[in-house]
Amino acid sequence: MILLRQDLDENMNAIILTAICGIIMMFGGVIFKSKATPKYWAIAGLVIIIISNCLELTSGDPFFAIDVRNMLSFNSFNLTFITVALVATLLYFLLSATDIEKVGANVSEYFALIFFVLCGVSLAATFNTLLILFIGIEIMTIPLYILTGSDKRNLKSNEAALKYFLMGTFSTGIMLMGIAFIYGGNSEGSFFINNINLGEGKMPVMIAIGMVFMMIAMSFKVSAAPFHFWTPDVYDGAPTVFTSFMATIVKVGGFIAFIRLFENSFGQVQAQWQMLIAIITAATLFIGNLTAVFQQSVKRMLAYSSIAQAGFMLLAIFALNDTAKEGLILYSVAYSFATIGIFAILIKMRDYTIDGFNGLAKQQPVLAVTATVFLLSLTGIPLTAGFQSKFYMLMAALRNGHQHWLVVFAVLCAAVSAYYYFKIIQAMFFKEASQDVDFISEGNEVTPTFKILLITTAVLIIVVGIFPSIVTEWLHYSF
Amino acid sequence: MLGNDITIPHLLIFFPLIAGLITFFLKNDVSVKAWSLFSVIVTLFISIASLYYSSSAALSGLTFNYEWLKYLGCSFSVSLDGMGRLLTFLTAFCFPLIFVATYRNSYKNSKMFYGLMLLSQAGLMGVFLSTDALLFYFFWELALIPVYFLCSFWGGEKRIAATFKFFIYTFTGSLLMLIGIIYVYLHTAATPFSDHSFSLQAFRAVNFMPSQQNWLFWLFFIAFAIKMPIFPFHTWQPDIYEQSPTAVTMVLSGVMVKMGVFGVIRWLVPLFPEAVAKFDNVVIGLSVIGMIYASLIAIKQDDLKRLAAYSSIAHIGLMCAAIFTTQQMALEGVMIQMFSHGINIIGLWIVIDLIEKQTGSRKISQLGGVAHKAPILTIMLVVIAFANIALPLTNAFVGEFMMFGGLFKFNVWYTAVAGLSIIFAAVYTLNMVQKVFYGEANSITASMKEIALNEKIILSVIVVAIFMVGVYPQPFFELTKDTVAAVITRFK
Repeated sequence: MILLRQDLDENMNAIILTAICGIIMMFGGVIFKSKATPKYWAIAGLVIIIISNCLELTSGDPFFAIDVRNMLSFNSFNLTFITVALVATLLYFLLSATDIEKVGANVSEYFALIFFVLCGVSLAATFNTLLILFIGIEIMTIPLYILTGSDKRNLKSNEAALKYFLMGTFSTGIMLMGIAFIYGGNSEGSFFINNINLGEGKMPVMIAIGMVFMMIAMSFKVSAAPFHFWTPDVYDGAPTVFTSFMATIVKVGGFIAFIRLFENSFGQVQAQWQMLIAIITAATLFIGNLTAVFQQSVKRMLAYSSIAQAGFMLLAIFALNDTAKEGLILYSVAYSFATIGIFAILIKMRDYTIDGFNGLAKQQPVLAVTATVFLLSLTGIPLTAGFQSKFYMLMAALRNGHQHWLVVFAVLCAAVSAYYYFKIIQAMFFKEASQDVDFISEGNEVTPTFKILLITTAVLIIVVGIFPSIVTEWLHYSF
Repeated sequence: MLGNDITIPHLLIFFPLIAGLITFFLKNDVSVKAWSLFSVIVTLFISIASLYYSSSAALSGLTFNYEWLKYLGCSFSVSLDGMGRLLTFLTAFCFPLIFVATYRNSYKNSKMFYGLMLLSQAGLMGVFLSTDALLFYFFWELALIPVYFLCSFWGGEKRIAATFKFFIYTFTGSLLMLIGIIYVYLHTAATPFSDHSFSLQAFRAVNFMPSQQNWLFWLFFIAFAIKMPIFPFHTWQPDIYEQSPTAVTMVLSGVMVKMGVFGVIRWLVPLFPEAVAKFDNVVIGLSVIGMIYASLIAIKQDDLKRLAAYSSIAHIGLMCAAIFTTQQMALEGVMIQMFSHGINIIGLWIVIDLIEKQTGSRKISQLGGVAHKAPILTIMLVVIAFANIALPLTNAFVGEFMMFGGLFKFNVWYTAVAGLSIIFAAVYTLNMVQKVFYGEANSITASMKEIALNEKIILSVIVVAIFMVGVYPQPFFELTKDTVAAVITRFK
């Protein structure tokens, strides 16, 4: 049972502060002389945002009391999610900030763009009208087009950026069309998501069309099948360090928007669209897992695995109950932390193929052991956060009480996922390196700090796996 | 007991766990071996202490409850009933046997090896102790992970593929069981903190419609059937037994397959009695087919390890069939046979390992005349072989006799067909004994020497246990009386 705190105060700490940080970092390109400076500013800024957001979550005291005229809603679910996204970003900065510096010359701008994305995520997590949703999603994705293409001299990066941009704008168009249909279908003409005219019995045609368009657009954003075709190419082409960010924080941000939209606007008529989302879920699970099995490059494999994980997260939207919301928060933590960790290791590697991991455990035991924890978590082995999140998803779907076949299908797909995640574990531990090469590419070094951070991440994943309530605690209290 | 906070079930789980974690940080091989041997012996003593608390009044001291995931109604609750005590004792008894018998084996990176072995012991203890479904699931999976690494790292040539097959099989089964657990959970009554509960009592209190029971039954049963393994889910087993390092094979066959049998008795039969009554013929049929099939393959095997693996499938098949007869006699037989099979198969593996270490071969066709070179080993082996065939006076006779007795009451024809497996067991076991141990020594076995002191001690312990249980099985019946009675009452 989740009792959500619904505050009347308008708490915009995260939204305003991320935007301010973004602007500061933007000018930072002119101000900061050294290439290494921006990351410290970015980390400091992020810590301040996290603290302010936590204060807001625990005490409900806003720094900025602004009347938002009900366009945004702040409850403990939204705020918990924002905290999770911010903490995951902090982890990402700590692990990979030095790699961001290596992408190109405009270091400060990259951080600025990431802060803008976070602002978009915060909006997408708190929207109360379709317009804010649209703005949030756009703020979230437009910086990503730039980040994807930030490796300017790399053709694959350019191609990925263009592909992402075209596909992204296409789905934006569909979303706008959907919003227009819904707006038109409402007799009073309102953008508020909990104020949609769902009709008696069957939905009005205009609203139904609008809803399907919204579903398609959101599926694009979270790379659900059959709208996933951009994902492998974009994730593969983008600089690895940004793939890590895109595949985690941005993706779960999309999911929060997805579940909030469908819960608040179309939750009452769930029976009418549940089959549709069940099919999307099944297709996503199937395609993601099956294709990941055949990948030779770890980066591309992780791209497909992110589709597969999205399939599991879609179960939350299929189920649409309190367990699902709690589970989605947990999934955000488990999936983001593990994926950020595994990408942080991947960036350091010289060879991105699975064979490139052969015998890693001998030379870099810390990397191999922590990577194993991350992969076990992604597989969903007990004692890791990944198990708890998958467990919550399955429970949510079963609690929903319809379409039990989907749950069975999901666990069979999870069993398939063990195959490709364990291939990396096998390579690291049980295979011999072909020759005496250094696993770590030139210019990258595995510093003790990096190792400690990796171990911390792994320990966090295990702690959440044993005591998931440290993440979901806030959802159970009302103020 | 030992205060309110630390109880025997705790010690049984956490002592091996902590000992295993400590092992990872030890420096040299000697201290690793000494420490791990010391810790398993301590665990054995803890387990022996648990056997003394036999009355039901003392049983409350063997139960522990801690609200773990409060909002889910999941608690860290562990308890020792009769079957729990039997199997934790088996686990605690087998590990020292295994460690002493393989004391001379050297492993590269031995601290990892022994650390993982101890972790798997902790996982097994957890499986046998937990009375909370989610906790049970946790341990069920956790027992698997160390074994996965043990086999993949220290195993034979084709270890990676074999282990992987094993892992995917069991993982799939476990996930199906997880669905079953969640589904049952969602039908349990509310607790003060949560809407539902994962506790065993709450699970047993749920009354399902027959249609629900039917498919829930299969979700659970497939997980257990893969673990036992029951035909047609057995194909992972000979490969992994062959490829694993011997110490791990002993854990797998001696203790870990009992997880499946245990799961059926603890979680499947009491939860879905109507489905059990409905599908008993299917399951017993599969088990009997598996027994005959495995026995026939065992006759054709030339590799000692594969022979033992198939023989094990046949024995486990009988246990599974006996459970589904839901006869008191058969269940008592299963209890004692779980213990006996664990001891016997470990004895068999020790002998096979000794032969392979000395001659470098496991092929029955290449060996011969071991009896001339190692008479004591041969005497021990013959006793273990007799136990494998279940001759009277040996421990397996008691169990098999009772299981066949129960099966006979259930259906004569099953008994007649399953009874063939005893004859087959005699064929392949005696054939093996004859070809490997008797006849003329050849160039491969010429270098065989008599076994060393530690091996003598361990094999003597096993032989003594075989006779003791065979002659005086009463303590085991006393020990597991409560579990058998609890299961039987579900069917009245």
